[in-house]
Amino acid sequence: MQPTIPIFCLTLWSLSSQSFSELPQFHLGTPATDQEVAKWNTAIRPDGKGLPPGSGTPPDGHRIYQQRCQYCHGIDGQGGPNDKLVGRVSEDHFPFAEKDAPRKTIGNYWPWATTVFDYIRRTMPYTEPGSLSDNEVYALTAYLLHLNSIIPENFILSATTLPDIVMPARNRFVSDNRLEKQEIR
Amino acid sequence: MNDERRIGRRTFLKSAVISTAGYASASLIADIRQPGLPACEQGTRSPFEQLRKRVGGQMLTYASTPIHQLHGMMTPSDLHFERSHSGTPAISPDSYKLLIHGLVENSLTFTLAELKRFPSCSRITFLECSGNCQDYFKKGPQTTPQELAGQTSQSEWTGVALPTLLRETGLKSKAKWLLAEGGDAALMTRSIPLGKALDDAMICYAQNGEAIRPEQGYPVRLLLPGWEGSSCVKWLRRLEVGDKPWMTREETAKYTEPLLNNTARQFSFVMDARSVITSPVYPAQLEKGWHEIRGLAWSGRGSIKRVEVSVDGGDHWQPATLHGPVLDKAHTRFSLPWHWQGKDTLLLSRVTDSTGYRQPWVKELVAVRGIGSLHYHNNGIIGWRVKSDGCVYYEPVVG
Repeated sequence: MQPTIPIFCLTLWSLSSQSFSELPQFHLGTPATDQEVAKWNTAIRPDGKGLPPGSGTPPDGHRIYQQRCQYCHGIDGQGGPNDKLVGRVSEDHFPFAEKDAPRKTIGNYWPWATTVFDYIRRTMPYTEPGSLSDNEVYALTAYLLHLNSIIPENFILSATTLPDIVMPARNRFVSDNRLEKQEIR
Repeated sequence: MNDERRIGRRTFLKSAVISTAGYASASLIADIRQPGLPACEQGTRSPFEQLRKRVGGQMLTYASTPIHQLHGMMTPSDLHFERSHSGTPAISPDSYKLLIHGLVENSLTFTLAELKRFPSCSRITFLECSGNCQDYFKKGPQTTPQELAGQTSQSEWTGVALPTLLRETGLKSKAKWLLAEGGDAALMTRSIPLGKALDDAMICYAQNGEAIRPEQGYPVRLLLPGWEGSSCVKWLRRLEVGDKPWMTREETAKYTEPLLNNTARQFSFVMDARSVITSPVYPAQLEKGWHEIRGLAWSGRGSIKRVEVSVDGGDHWQPATLHGPVLDKAHTRFSLPWHWQGKDTLLLSRVTDSTGYRQPWVKELVAVRGIGSLHYHNNGIIGWRVKSDGCVYYEPVVG
């Protein structure tokens, strides 16, 4: 339980001048159990890593939507007190930087379908996040993708089929391209 | 009871005046003083000072700092702006733990007490929401800096350097990104490049000398100096190390900037330089004569090199005085004495940071990025119109 370098060195310790491997270890913390990790390790990646078992269809999702989502997001995802969820733009145009741009929706702006599942399961419904079963989350995701004309009504959404869905805005996103030499960025 | 006490004291004073009238002049008697309040366990603001955050949002998820009513470069903790995605949770420090797992050698959990046993570090830095000034074009003349640009604040933050913790867990060779997850109801998540984590990221448990306020992430938050506030995940409960970003909702659907070339910019973490005049501003009413133009300037890419102020709508610029210490990635106070002669004019400020970057005009940003892009990262020059009657109003500078 001893630091690997003397304490007096710490006062001179600058991260920028010392490589990561030279940092001391203090042997604090407790090894995490598999259960602890599994309980919180719920994030879904675009490649589908993390998607749970289960499935759902747009009609299943429609019923759940009416009960749990419609109050805030309006009939058929058209928007209410909170975000509009449904809407498309033409494929050759991405007009959101322009004046009077359309509202951003799952169908016209979200680049990854896995994000829809992850976000609903993580954060929705606003007043009771965590209360939806995985099957319900699959169904709601399917319903919203169907409303956005991305999957057909009889589509069975699951860990197998979800990662293969290509969202309309998939190729629109670029990592921060501001350059320090640019005056206007 | 209080009223009776006051009357009693007044009666006592009156009798004192009568009894001493023969010995001293009336003016001396009027200087008789009484002891003030005794020492107290917890100080409060003077009742004459009514400082308030301004709460907003459909779900009441943000509150802005009254930057036009503050002095110097620090923000009182209770006035630090707040932004949450599902309200402020109540987290017990006793049950708190931070989990670090994924592409690490050892998955570990840390209690709050363990985090505090590591070597600590402190730094003064600003935190700003990337949506600050998003209503630049929508706000009317009767807008205060708090309403326009109050989503920025500055504190001294204390905690443990994130590399110190990652040294405990070890990193696998493929590690490139971290997922930071909050313990709020939204379980807010952001993907963070490992480079930033190993540069100057901090796991903070204290703010301005005491435990972090609940609205700021009690008991523990992530701090990424100079980066947009939403990436500095509050109520931090989990860091997962991975090889790719997770593409969470906040880094795709929300904190991204669509551009005019049919793309959208994402992972635009760094807050570019901004300055804002905080006095005189709406709702001030000026008298002719000397005033001090005051404001704040900051940059997520370095320190403040220069602030210039224009008192004639941009025709001429004068250097403002910078009030030290001028710190890296920190609010810096600036000022310029100004003699107002009663004419209608437009006050402007612009900052140049240590990288040489100068705060742009909004019209320049619109031309390069598009007006729809400016919902986030709109750091354009801000104007304050002084009318000939002395009234000061907010004015978007778009021409």
